[in-house]
Amino acid sequence: MQPTGSAAQYWKANVRLLLWCLVVWFVVSFGFGILLVDVLNNFSLGGYPLGFWFAQQGSIYTFIGLIFFYVWKMNKIDKEFDVHED
Amino acid sequence: MELQTMIWLVVGASFALYFGIAIWSRAGSTSEFYVAGKGVHPVANGMATAADWMSAASFISMAGLIAFMGYSGGAFLMGWTGGYVLLALLLAPYLRKFGKFTVPDFIADRYYSQGARVVAIVSLLVMSITYIVGQMTGVAVAFSRFLELDLFWGMVVGMAVVFSYTVLGGMKGITYTQIAQYVVLIFAYTVPAVFISLQLTGVFLPQIGLGSTMTGNEMYMLQKLDQVLVEIGFTEYTTNNNFGTLNMFLLTMSLMIGTAGLPHVIVRFFTVPNVRDARKSAGWALVFIAILYTTAPAVGAMAIYNLVKTVHTGETIAEETTLRYEERPEWMKNWEATGLLKFDDKNEDGRIQFYSDANKEFAATAEEQYGWKGNELSVNRDIMVLANPEIANLPNWVIALVAAGGIAAALSTAAGLLLVISSSISHDLLKGILKPDISEKNELMAGRIAMTGAILLAGYLGLNPPGFAAQTVALAFGLAASSLFPALMMGIFFKKMNKEGAIAGMLAGLISTVMYIFIYKGFLFIPGTNLFPDNAEYWMFGINPLGFGTIGAIINVIVALIVMKITAPAPAHIQDMVENVRVPRGAGGAVDH
Repeated sequence: MQPTGSAAQYWKANVRLLLWCLVVWFVVSFGFGILLVDVLNNFSLGGYPLGFWFAQQGSIYTFIGLIFFYVWKMNKIDKEFDVHED
Repeated sequence: MELQTMIWLVVGASFALYFGIAIWSRAGSTSEFYVAGKGVHPVANGMATAADWMSAASFISMAGLIAFMGYSGGAFLMGWTGGYVLLALLLAPYLRKFGKFTVPDFIADRYYSQGARVVAIVSLLVMSITYIVGQMTGVAVAFSRFLELDLFWGMVVGMAVVFSYTVLGGMKGITYTQIAQYVVLIFAYTVPAVFISLQLTGVFLPQIGLGSTMTGNEMYMLQKLDQVLVEIGFTEYTTNNNFGTLNMFLLTMSLMIGTAGLPHVIVRFFTVPNVRDARKSAGWALVFIAILYTTAPAVGAMAIYNLVKTVHTGETIAEETTLRYEERPEWMKNWEATGLLKFDDKNEDGRIQFYSDANKEFAATAEEQYGWKGNELSVNRDIMVLANPEIANLPNWVIALVAAGGIAAALSTAAGLLLVISSSISHDLLKGILKPDISEKNELMAGRIAMTGAILLAGYLGLNPPGFAAQTVALAFGLAASSLFPALMMGIFFKKMNKEGAIAGMLAGLISTVMYIFIYKGFLFIPGTNLFPDNAEYWMFGINPLGFGTIGAIINVIVALIVMKITAPAPAHIQDMVENVRVPRGAGGAVDH
């Protein structure tokens, strides 16, 4: 079975979405929490130096948001391409 | 009520609960035994996954690690949570659609090869067994410290409880017990944290408290902590970078990829009814994990602050205000008895001095100014969470709760690991390779026997822990990152990936990672057999063996791609299977071979 046009497009839409999600995943943790931590520590969030906050709090909150965003967006894409369950 | 009675009561009640669930949720079929009949609600599955994932290491050790590492502790926080993003996006939905029972099932079918299955089984067994040793040791320590039981009998009780719900209930029993265990452990973790946050900052939520001002003064908690630590010769808490940027990066990545490749975590996503729920369930798992993981930085920071303030009682550092040994608080005496907290009066002044004598400049000043002859207090970082309620003078029932929570964390992870060990033996090895025509009833029986054997082995290893228990955790994550994760991911995203490429990649990743760790940590971790000393001067390109899993994963992918290019692509029916796995519709109930 070669993928029909819509199956290929569905997969492309999925891959594009998850690449964007992975960019955010990388930026908040490896970017803000590690590579740019010294720069961001010049700013603060309440009593937290910002870079420190991303490394120990912020990246975790972002990860949660990211997964639920992906779930919501994927459910829409599933319906759009008529491959959803039930 | 007497503390000891209280602990017996709370721990006993939690055991009665787990035991009751075991009787109520007996497994009748292999599907119930391996994947709880694939009928677990995504929120419930998320909670069970969280309990499965959060081990004795998360509950007992992590906050202590952060307390002594400051900012660099973030590698563990980000690494052990970021892996769930990879799971939710790259693995869970597709593996659920595939619809089999175990991780080696997927590897064997996708790469149409028993050889690939064997490689997967071997790395799974090595990973899970190394991991379970740490859990059983945790169970034993918690029992002997809190129940004042002999270690042997503590282990026997622990094994009996685990036996009751894993062997009888299989995945079904484990799932419902884990939900109960999650509730116990999260209360045990957050209640003392809330109390301590209120004491120090007046803020209810520890996550906010850590970023707030201290009660009775205008300074921010973290600012004050930085100042206090620098005064006694340590580096600033918020900027303390132990690993260096490169290794912090590699370690974080290795823990993330490793998390997403751990079989006992992946298999949890086989238990939900459909693909949509598999995606959602990973999100819920992370929510429940994050409750503990965002509290841990506050627990760590506040514990180290309280510790320093207990020893240095004055506003500023001075000889006269260090704590007199005679006047040390009760909790110090308790932990001194276990040997995990030690005091050595080097300058014989009868007072406890706690500072960084590794900082030569400060040590010289301290000797000149105060007559200190070296740091006199050594604290095992594992006791920080367990001693926390005592340090903060919290009521007895909180201490009892922490005991029950530590035991719940260790038991829930041990159960999840026992399941993947027994299923890889009864399902992958016995049914998959040795005796494909085995009946369901016999397979279920074999699963239970394998589980019993695994419990006995784990108990034995817990009583006689190999000296390398702590280091093997790095090995488990390195193996998962360098072998299983890339093979699973490429199986879904690279349709043409063939068995030659996958097997060569897994072996290359596995062998390079194991070798790199052994070169610096010793062959099979036997002291003295390492080729080079384990420090930055000797590391290849300055790469810490702890973070090598990332490099192993890259090697895996590169080797797999090269081998794939020079061999025949995966056959058409396999490529069709991949097409099918990529689409959610049609993920039915349990599908066996």
